[in-house]
Amino acid sequence: MTSVTNGITIERWTRSSRLALGSVALALALFAIAPLALGAGAIDRLTALFIYVILAAMWNALAGFGGLVSVGQQVFFGLGAYFTIRLADAGLNPFLSLFAAALITGAISLPISFFMLRLKGGEFAIGMWVISALTHMLVNLDRLIQGETGTSLISLNVYDSGTRRVVIYWLALASMAALLGILFALLRSRAGAAIQAIRDNEDAATSVGVRVIATKRLLFVLAAFGIAVAGALWLATATTFQPKTYFSVQWTAYMIFMVLVGGLGKFEGAILGAVLFFVIETFFGSMGVWYLIGLGATAVVFSLFLPHGLWGEIERRFDLRLLPVGYRLKLPGPTKIQWNQ
Amino acid sequence: MIDTLIQGILLGGYYAVITCGLSFMFSVMRIINLAHGSLAVAAAYGLWLLASKFGISPFTGLLIVLPVMAATGWVLQRYLLERSARGGALLPILTTFGLAIVIDNLMFEQFGADTRSLAPFIGSLSYDSWELPGGTYVGKLAVMTMATAIALLGGLQVFLGRFALGRAIRATAEDPDTAGLVGIDARKANALAAAIAMVTVGIAGAFLGMRATFDPYSGGPQLLFAFEAAVIGGAGSLWGTLVGGIVLGLAQSLGAQVHPQGFLIGGHAVFLAVLFARLFFTGAPFIGKIGFYKTGFTKIRAAIRSTP
Repeated sequence: MTSVTNGITIERWTRSSRLALGSVALALALFAIAPLALGAGAIDRLTALFIYVILAAMWNALAGFGGLVSVGQQVFFGLGAYFTIRLADAGLNPFLSLFAAALITGAISLPISFFMLRLKGGEFAIGMWVISALTHMLVNLDRLIQGETGTSLISLNVYDSGTRRVVIYWLALASMAALLGILFALLRSRAGAAIQAIRDNEDAATSVGVRVIATKRLLFVLAAFGIAVAGALWLATATTFQPKTYFSVQWTAYMIFMVLVGGLGKFEGAILGAVLFFVIETFFGSMGVWYLIGLGATAVVFSLFLPHGLWGEIERRFDLRLLPVGYRLKLPGPTKIQWNQ
Repeated sequence: MIDTLIQGILLGGYYAVITCGLSFMFSVMRIINLAHGSLAVAAAYGLWLLASKFGISPFTGLLIVLPVMAATGWVLQRYLLERSARGGALLPILTTFGLAIVIDNLMFEQFGADTRSLAPFIGSLSYDSWELPGGTYVGKLAVMTMATAIALLGGLQVFLGRFALGRAIRATAEDPDTAGLVGIDARKANALAAAIAMVTVGIAGAFLGMRATFDPYSGGPQLLFAFEAAVIGGAGSLWGTLVGGIVLGLAQSLGAQVHPQGFLIGGHAVFLAVLFARLFFTGAPFIGKIGFYKTGFTKIRAAIRSTP
């Protein structure tokens, strides 16, 4: 907290946000020891939750902060899984392959960014989908994958199913914590100020000297890497790789749903959205097609009536910031001016 | 080889039909409708339902389906797109994407996973062909699709150029505020444009159903084809749509000759190649406005960029 004259203060950490960070740390610690008490089914479900949080946070980083709405992020999900299969087939330890695959995917996203980032709005959105469709076709050409028949991560079979489940759970938990941590640190850094300036007004950000393209590229590559981690982890839990399932636009639909409902451009929003999505899936996932119709309709309603999502609404009503990535100005007296609005 | 080229060009006619609605809406409202393909498939299902349940030929069925599509376009613009466009340029992408998911899955719920086709309801038209000198055959349906594409694009051109309503739409596309000053109701012009776009989507759905099969999830690929043709042909005129469609059709037909999966790969690859070339050699816009190039703002931005 920095003191300025006249009793005006600029604050970042508040009592509630310190408390929130403490609870996050506590929750992570509890999750870490949870497998001791939980059954196999619960461990698998929580692993899925961690993967959803990664997907939501990464899509939010791209769309909410970078202003880049993509409907082709499944390309990185699919590539993360595909390279894991490839590396494991080449003899690398399957668990190491997961992360090596994500690194390769992140590296591939860099050249893609050079021309995709020159597209704007809807053109970028569908352009990414084309990239995904093309990559899907190219992966199908690999003989190892056997077209749409697919293959599986056979080398995981050397571990017994109990160990495998818990290791994947911990890896998913650690990946989620690390990726959220990286994003949080990034958003609070100097680059983060640039990112939030772009989110609020791209033209204005350019005019004060923010390097818009370079900043967006950073987010693009981070999102590609994170989503590839999620894809590789998903492969580890499912073990089978069918290109159609991994390169499905449904993944992007999930990401959009989570972020729109939770709060586009809100760090906490993506996490909230992922948790809500997880709960909805647990209760309504068995309804099949009506569940998907419900997801789509909810996305439409939120985009029309609550574009800042539930967290945006909570933040506005209760003036609450749990994991602050911006600053705000606090004037003496009852009125509070929010820094980034 | 000649045969492949002819088939590719004629396939381009279908792409021109499905693309013109997408680029028309983008040029007027600056919205890319992600439910575009799904709406075309919905129109195809509408025609299929009329044909299989009531024995109405798909051509007669269009008399019912097209007004419904026009009304859908109007409602879509007035109640969904207009509202979400006020929240910025990104929201309509999300709104229309959500809409596509709803439409696709509603169709799945209603019609199941079976692939359908309108071919059984149009008699011999689906396989009739003319023989060209040199022993090549061209399908009558494919020629008809191409003729429709040309008629549709020509009709739009005349409508936008010669009719007061068409001029109102062009004025709104250029600058909605100024159009308002001279007494044009921009909301009405946009809704009208959306209605027209949906009519072309309905026609595209009819040809999709007649020339091939479709299922509830065919909308995504159709959207991608339309988008690719729009970007490839995006020289700024309606006729660019036809060129884009033909280039895409040729690339897919040639690709299919090389490899079983080459049809899709060829199309996507030529799209990326065109995109790459245009971005790096000219820095030009991708989908232009109807009948005129992007001016003013783009030029100013280009000038700022080139100043050291």
